[in-house]
Amino acid sequence: MWQYEKKLQYPVNIKNPNPKLAKIIISQYGGPDGELGASMRYLTQRYGMPYNEVKGILTDVGTEELAHMEMVCAMVYQLTRNLTPEQIKASGFDTYFVDHTASVYPIAASALPWRAEYIQSKGDIIADLHEDLAAEQKARVTYDNLIRLIDDPDVLDPLKFLRQREIVHYQRFGEALRLTTDRLNSKNFYACNPNFDKNCGK
Amino acid sequence: MNEKMMLKRKIDALDFAIHEMVLFLDTHPHDQKAIGMLREYRRRRREMIAKYETQFGPYVKTVDDVHPKDCWNWIDSPWPWEREV
Repeated sequence: MWQYEKKLQYPVNIKNPNPKLAKIIISQYGGPDGELGASMRYLTQRYGMPYNEVKGILTDVGTEELAHMEMVCAMVYQLTRNLTPEQIKASGFDTYFVDHTASVYPIAASALPWRAEYIQSKGDIIADLHEDLAAEQKARVTYDNLIRLIDDPDVLDPLKFLRQREIVHYQRFGEALRLTTDRLNSKNFYACNPNFDKNCGK
Repeated sequence: MNEKMMLKRKIDALDFAIHEMVLFLDTHPHDQKAIGMLREYRRRRREMIAKYETQFGPYVKTVDDVHPKDCWNWIDSPWPWEREV
């Protein structure tokens, strides 16, 4: 189970609303490499994992991704406060506003709603950990791209924090993959899948 | 930033350091240095929360921290996505 902590992992305090920025930042909520997909990917992959270190890191990183999702949503929320119809039209936010008003909905910057196809749970520890490593890099690139397009320091500060977290998670998943290949290489002569083949390596 | 906010930030920073040690220990469960650091950060966090509570009243982060007298103040603002100030 989970228990809610009434705080953000890192502060988000944006003084100036800017619906144009909200439209691109929302991709890190419901986009192909966003935080919603990240949390669902790791928390979903846990069940078949054969090693406790990997169950642990998927649980704890997956939980942190839920906190990142909340930070991204807080950014979108604060960037779309108190808008006038003129601001909505001028910023191009009208295409979002017509369906969701100023509520937060999981879509990509291109407006495609979140899809479960963004994630995979393959039931093979090597395949899943490689997916996780790639996911962290893709999310890092998305933050890099956002940082290139934005100059408001109130928005950049939490984005830079989130970008750093992708790097730390990539590091931890790399260690999980190394622990896994060390174990497989020692006994896994027939290249079986320890998630599925019960006596793999025995 | 007032003193209440500064103390809150210090507790948040310790929460972050503790979380970092947790992730590291998931893949290095026998690392004695990391276990020592986790213990130290947790001790400092307890100390900081005690300091906060003597000056500013209860530090509410989860529902377990709420001890209602007349009303259920868990629902009081600010919620995390609302701007501080």
